[in-house]
Amino acid sequence: MSSLEEPLGLDKLPSLSTIDLSRRFSSNRCSTSGEDSGLGYCWIEGKTCGSLNSYKEDFKEYRREAFIWRHHKRENTHNESENRYPSKHTTNHQQNLYCNDTGPRDITNKIFKGMPSHVRIVEVGPRDGLQNEKNMVPTSVKIELIHRLVSSGLSVVEATSFVSPKWVPQLADAKDVVEAVKNIDGARLPVLTPNLKGFEAAVAAGAKEIAVFASASESFSKANINCTIEESLARYRDIINSSKKLDIPVRGYVSCVVGCPVEGAISPSKVAYVAKQLHEMGCMEISLGDTIGIGTPGTVIPMLEAVMEVVPVEKLAVHFHDTYGQSLPNILVSLQMGISVVDSSVAGLGGCPYAKGASGNVATEDVVYMLHGLGIKTNVDLRKVLQTGDFICKYLGRPSGSKVAVAYKM
Amino acid sequence: MSSLEEPLGMDKLPSLSTVDLFHRFSSNGCSTSGVERCWVEGNTSTSSNDDKADFEYVQGVFAWRHHARDTPQNGNHAAYRNQCDSRHLASRQHNSYCNDVGLQNITNMIFKGIPKYVKIVEVGARDGLQNEKNMVPTSVKIELIQRLVSTGLSVVEATAFVSPKWVPQLADAREVIEALKNMDTTRLPVLVPNLKGLEAAVAAGAKEIAIFASASESFSKSNINCTIEESFSRYRAVVNAATKLNIRVRGYVSCVIGCPVEGMIFPSKVAHVAKELYDMGCSEISLGDTIGIGTPGTVISMLGAVMSVVPVEKLAVHFHDTYGQSLPNILVSLQMGISIVDSSIAGLGGCPYAKGASGNVATEDVVYMLHGLGIQTNVDLGKLLQTG
Repeated sequence: MSSLEEPLGLDKLPSLSTIDLSRRFSSNRCSTSGEDSGLGYCWIEGKTCGSLNSYKEDFKEYRREAFIWRHHKRENTHNESENRYPSKHTTNHQQNLYCNDTGPRDITNKIFKGMPSHVRIVEVGPRDGLQNEKNMVPTSVKIELIHRLVSSGLSVVEATSFVSPKWVPQLADAKDVVEAVKNIDGARLPVLTPNLKGFEAAVAAGAKEIAVFASASESFSKANINCTIEESLARYRDIINSSKKLDIPVRGYVSCVVGCPVEGAISPSKVAYVAKQLHEMGCMEISLGDTIGIGTPGTVIPMLEAVMEVVPVEKLAVHFHDTYGQSLPNILVSLQMGISVVDSSVAGLGGCPYAKGASGNVATEDVVYMLHGLGIKTNVDLRKVLQTGDFICKYLGRPSGSKVAVAYKM
Repeated sequence: MSSLEEPLGMDKLPSLSTVDLFHRFSSNGCSTSGVERCWVEGNTSTSSNDDKADFEYVQGVFAWRHHARDTPQNGNHAAYRNQCDSRHLASRQHNSYCNDVGLQNITNMIFKGIPKYVKIVEVGARDGLQNEKNMVPTSVKIELIQRLVSTGLSVVEATAFVSPKWVPQLADAREVIEALKNMDTTRLPVLVPNLKGLEAAVAAGAKEIAIFASASESFSKSNINCTIEESFSRYRAVVNAATKLNIRVRGYVSCVIGCPVEGMIFPSKVAHVAKELYDMGCSEISLGDTIGIGTPGTVISMLGAVMSVVPVEKLAVHFHDTYGQSLPNILVSLQMGISIVDSSIAGLGGCPYAKGASGNVATEDVVYMLHGLGIQTNVDLGKLLQTG
């Protein structure tokens, strides 16, 4: 008779620190030492080690059948340039020995079809993440944060915002930050500019990419930037006219794409209208933000449908907040719709100022974990992002907002 | 020139507490003053307003949900359950915003196969509480279960009949079951590890039991001190005895994605264990990602294997949120046709493996997502939040 009569949970197992767990499951741990008693399957990268063991046949079959779609994707060799991805989408399952029934195979084909093989993460931690921090973060810490994020492979890191220090004292050092980071290679470092004055300051500091911020909600627009949607669009047309002359690309944000705390539901047609305006005036990318995090796949899909009718999907990004825990499923359906750019914030920096203790931005670590688990390439080294999150959270003196980071900590 | 030159966040907006936000967005908060579309239930107030376009939005967007709502939502749970002949959400019939057939196909594909109704199996009272260090009084457990039942949850795992030496928190299993045995409309399964546990459960008045096997040999040996095959022998005896007493048996499979000792677990192994449990007489098999490392990619492979040997309507998913992946995993499971989801009120039941790491997925978050998708659960989210 068993002495342990109950599923007791993992505290009764041989003690394995979470670091060990991480190593066990990380791609870098794939050893070729032959003392592999297991399969060395790498959860994070979705790769497999070359060494086999006694489960040889099972392993081969499993890898082939479970990840056949990923192997097809990997035939498209990874290029440095993010512009060259000949085959954007994952291919269907060719066969699956576990699915003799056509049902599950058809279903899995449907779920994966249309998902991009590569997703670009736009890291917003240094700006969107830090801007509401009460305690001033020194310029040197901000600069180091940006350096670390870039070195983790993130190709777009929103660096700061050129706004009045009266309103956002945390980012009063925008000029110093940009001057220090403007020559970093291998990453784009957009900065937010709310008006021409901010734009000029950004250019003077050396910024090479800017971002503008409109709303799909009239009420939110008035409360947040003190003007109507149309007035904001007129303002941004001026900015973009100037930026075009200087060859400075512009990213457009649309806020409240699912709901507004004042107006409630925001109709997809309104979101599509604002997105279209930003696209037509010259924004090279439009980031759709669920500002209060209330979206679920049921509301995100109609919104994306409406926007995708008027803006090409490759110009769209999604910016979900995790306030109601819905950001990852929302990102997942966005990928299924063909979206391939996702905004996130290291360690989930940037709480919801609206509800004390509520989470805000989705954590980059959690997003990367999911994407890699799906076999989607990001060029991001998850471990380095975890270390970066650790760095900034230690400085801020509080736990990470990333579940992956918490799970990995000893 | 604007005086606010920056998107400042909502601290500059009229102050709305989260409770207000919730009421605004909950079905109970639907006022009749406008198109107060209810986020949570996906219902709409019947009153229309001047803004026809908005109303069309609601109709157009949720046309498929209106199809799903043909069956009544409230009232007798048992009757409702049996009425779900058409299990799945109808494909989108039309969408006034979407003239693009390609887009319509994509969204149809995403929604198609998702069940119209999902049964939530609430595990907070057992899986949630069992590792609590401080003893929770029996009266509190009983009240928790009663409150959970009153939210509309139709299955609430009540306790476990195990040695108090190992799980002192659940030493009061008998008292809990005896206090609840007149609850007729709700299923209250209890975990039993062996025949002895079954006998104690039956003596206390339990009408449904659950047994717990693993897809990982190492985890099986560490957790229940026997091999997987030995556990099957044990459980066959339990299931045979239970079946003679007309007691339904739920089977759990743990480590369906990965094991902290062995690493990756093959889908074929999971399918083997699930099939054994199903063949021996379990009415439902709950597939548990015990350490929460699964992502949609690995979950789909696992489900594909299991679904080729066990009918999908007999399967449930039990994800842990340790790496934040439980909701996307649930979502793809729904897309695969799964219609039973385990969750725990307030996310009770941390991961004993990593301090501070989360464990069970929170019922509130699951219900929020399901309702947002227009999937019916019979659960009142407001009451659920109060119970949490």
